[in-house]
Amino acid sequence: MHDEPAVQVTGLVKRYGARTAVNGLDLAVPRGTVTAVLGPNGAGKTTTVEVCEGYRRPDGGTARVLGLDPVTQAGLLRPRIGVMLQSGGVYAGARAEEMLRHVAALHARPVDPGVLIERLGLESCGRTPYRRLSGGQQQRLALAMAVVGRPELVFLDEPTAGLDPQARHATWDLIRELRADGTTVVLTTHFMDEAEQLADEVVIIDAGRAIAAGTPDELCRGGAENTLRFSGRPGLDLASLLNALPADTLAAELSPGMYRIEGKIDPQLLATVTSWCAQHGVLPDHLAVERRTLEDVFLELTGRELRV
Amino acid sequence: MSAGTTTGTTPGNGRGTPSYAPYAAGTFAPAPGAAPLPRMIRAQALLETRMLLRNGEQLLLTVVIPALLLLVFSSVDIVDTGAGKSVDFLAPGILALAVLSTAFTGQAIATGFERRYGVLKRLGAAPLPRWALMTAKTCSVLVVEALQAALLILIALALGWSPHGNPLSVILLLLLGTAAFSGLGLLMAGTLKAEATLAAANLVFLLLLVGGGVIVPLSKFPGAAQTVLKLLPVTALSSGLRDVLQHGTAVPWSDLAVLAVWSLLGLATAARFFRWE
Repeated sequence: MHDEPAVQVTGLVKRYGARTAVNGLDLAVPRGTVTAVLGPNGAGKTTTVEVCEGYRRPDGGTARVLGLDPVTQAGLLRPRIGVMLQSGGVYAGARAEEMLRHVAALHARPVDPGVLIERLGLESCGRTPYRRLSGGQQQRLALAMAVVGRPELVFLDEPTAGLDPQARHATWDLIRELRADGTTVVLTTHFMDEAEQLADEVVIIDAGRAIAAGTPDELCRGGAENTLRFSGRPGLDLASLLNALPADTLAAELSPGMYRIEGKIDPQLLATVTSWCAQHGVLPDHLAVERRTLEDVFLELTGRELRV
Repeated sequence: MSAGTTTGTTPGNGRGTPSYAPYAAGTFAPAPGAAPLPRMIRAQALLETRMLLRNGEQLLLTVVIPALLLLVFSSVDIVDTGAGKSVDFLAPGILALAVLSTAFTGQAIATGFERRYGVLKRLGAAPLPRWALMTAKTCSVLVVEALQAALLILIALALGWSPHGNPLSVILLLLLGTAAFSGLGLLMAGTLKAEATLAAANLVFLLLLVGGGVIVPLSKFPGAAQTVLKLLPVTALSSGLRDVLQHGTAVPWSDLAVLAVWSLLGLATAARFFRWE
């Protein structure tokens, strides 16, 4: 039973009136992993997560979460999952600690709320009403509420949006510890570095469909090859250089004295390039190995137009 | 690496190496499960009650206004309340007003903003079933009403009130009134925007205060208006309470029937049209 994914979404379709928010989306979240759902605004991230949480009924396709139907078996599913909404979720007049203790009281074996309060830096505002917390404090409280019940699976919708760097790292550390303790985490994010730092699996979605999925390494390696750049004397004989390199390698002089080599950049290739330079009396300068970042992959896949 | 240490808040440095001393390993080891239902409902009812009692505007509506009206209209002869001490006429009306203020106005406004701020949505993902949430809300309304009634009864007794009648009939009236107003309040909170609910619930409170036989006897209105006003839930509640407490009627059947119809209508339409987000 534990071989079955924590989340299995197949061909999901969700419409709001005439607008199709999710259009045939597939998503599989292996148990015990951190999976990041990346996508531009309006791509369908929140809708997909809210279908998994049982808030929305699919118009097409299926969603199974921990082997259950999130809508018809909500009563069985909800005690087992943790949910962090994008915003809100707390009584305006409730104090931070009071609300966290309340959510803990709804669970059978909660984490000590005091420990979470301390770790997420909420001690100073434990008695502050929710409406007077800063945006970052509200985010951290919502995160604490999502994990206090010791769920098997947590859904975090943009958990670090609007956080300062310290709070962001505290959130990342908490997510790593959740995974280390065996909790499955699904998070949505706009931040590529967040996905690179945290995620075992990344799913990039756009216009309501999953357009790429894999580990961050797989996504960065796939498609275009890696790049080596250096500068040197203009007009080097690149044909001679290419003779020394593996067959599928490309080389170009982008502007006088600026060279780019594309291919499988490994230590052997680097050594070949530098020794060829030595033989030709060239001192390669600004030698740099470049690797595609997740952001490059993301922009290649989703384009550079601004989203509404 | 001592567990629970929170100093050293330098930024993290890459995958898998928390910069904080971590929680004791296994702190988050999954151990999901709902608390027992009675514990969940009690916790939710206590929280809801605290939220109601902590809200200044709500207290003005539920405590200050009814108490002031009772005091002022009993001591100063502003409205002709017919034969007998005016407090004997006013106390039942003010009790009806207290139910209106908490079960309808207060609950509508609070629930409207809970819906607006995603509280209902978030609680919908908690182990607490929806019916249990509504049960807890009803319990907290009843707790607040009991506190209101205790305070208002003390004030009325101090003003020389001499109640009559069967306490069971009074409790039945108050419970049916609560059901009727809760249904209507939740219908409003679950269908209108929070700001619209705020405005409408206060307006309805004011109109019913004047036109519902609460402090102004229904006989002051023209005959045709009386026929309509008699069918309002607050009129049925205040006249039923007055029949029992002032005149010693055993069971005010027609008023109970009016409240029962409103309860059914209100709760059924609220259940049908309430939107959680």
